[in-house]
Amino acid sequence: MTGTTDSPAEPVIVLEQLVKFFGRFAALRDISDRFAAGRLYVVLGDNGAGKSTLLRVVAGLMEPSQGSVTLLGTRKLREVAHRVGYMGHAPLLYDELSGMENLRYFAGLYGLHNDSVGSNAMQMVGLDPELLRRVGQYSQGMRQRLSLARAVLHDPDLILLDEPFSNVDVHSARAMAAVLGHVRDNGKTIVVVTHQAALIEGVADDFVHMSAGQIVRREAVLRRAVTTNSGAEAVR
Amino acid sequence: MTTLSVTRATLHKDLRMEWRSKDAINSMLFFALLVVVIFSFAFNPTAEESRSIAGGLVWVAFLFAAVVALNQTWARELRNQVLDAYRVSPAPPNALFVAKALGNFLFVVVLEVLMTPLFVVFYNLRSVGPVWQLVVVALLGTWALVVNGTFFAALSIRTRSREIMLPLLLFPISIPAVLAMVDATTSILTGEASPDFWIKMLAVYDLVFTAVCLLLFESVLNAE
Repeated sequence: MTGTTDSPAEPVIVLEQLVKFFGRFAALRDISDRFAAGRLYVVLGDNGAGKSTLLRVVAGLMEPSQGSVTLLGTRKLREVAHRVGYMGHAPLLYDELSGMENLRYFAGLYGLHNDSVGSNAMQMVGLDPELLRRVGQYSQGMRQRLSLARAVLHDPDLILLDEPFSNVDVHSARAMAAVLGHVRDNGKTIVVVTHQAALIEGVADDFVHMSAGQIVRREAVLRRAVTTNSGAEAVR
Repeated sequence: MTTLSVTRATLHKDLRMEWRSKDAINSMLFFALLVVVIFSFAFNPTAEESRSIAGGLVWVAFLFAAVVALNQTWARELRNQVLDAYRVSPAPPNALFVAKALGNFLFVVVLEVLMTPLFVVFYNLRSVGPVWQLVVVALLGTWALVVNGTFFAALSIRTRSREIMLPLLLFPISIPAVLAMVDATTSILTGEASPDFWIKMLAVYDLVFTAVCLLLFESVLNAE
């Protein structure tokens, strides 16, 4: 890791020599890093760089082959599951249920049985809690927003988002980014894996670049790769 | 959040989804109906003959129909990868298993309630032994099928040909239970022998396999 953005805050995520193999292929290669509380991190990289795998390992959906993940001060991820929100690449929602029915069920998994939890989360992402339409009939953008609502409905301290802006129109994506900025301002830590860094650039604190299963660079200001007249790639 | 509240919420959610889609119950009914009709064409048994073959016939229909429902159970959780949302939550893994098993139990019981009158009519069935014992065998036998079925369906969800895998895993391990169900049912229908031994065997089978499934389910849920 190079170019670390230092923060005085306590680390929320500590990765130590993290390795993840799929058969003989190393998806994550010896990652050691720290992510501080109250910041919004954007993880960038090409397809196959290991971004989603890293997020799934941190979320506890995959066991690392080697190394360890310390989340919110513990290596027993199940103990802090109620303090973590995860939004996957797929929507993680039941098509046969309405938005509120989905959120009511998922809130119940966190011991929250008040309907206001779900309706507040839906309103936060700009969806109408009264909408009776089933999720299977939602547009892709609505599904993404509902998926974000599902990830944050239990007010987690750490929010892990995998491609939250995919298939979302620019206007909705910027609205979602503003919501994430607001959540971060309330002291939450957010890690966003995305290919669309420009959409969240305005609210992000750190950009984490991954390549070939490693974190290769961290920076506070996004530097974009551009192609020069000679065809060579440069960073500005 | 307790195991009971999550079990209840998951069961409620599954029943609501089944009520809307009717995926499992329709395919189970269709399959069981086919068995009843085709076998009634194939045989023309007397009431006496019916009593001796009905035990096997009834449970073949219910066993194969149950497999159809069992395959549907986890397919819902795989669509949109919803299972991941459960796995990252603090909800107890066994609550999911118990809810799924109870849901399947209810679906198969509904099937049995709907199909039993047809079996009686098509095969001219009259029980010589007490009917309440048939109810006990049906409940214990159904639980034996669904508890293992739910577990092995979960085990095979990440395999490519899970529809084939489930019966391959489920049927061999269900042999003692199927044997007990068929023999107990035949004993009650014919009244020639006491079904007590087979009923006890079913009860023990249910206890043992429910315990084993509960012990192992968390590993199955979190398998990559």
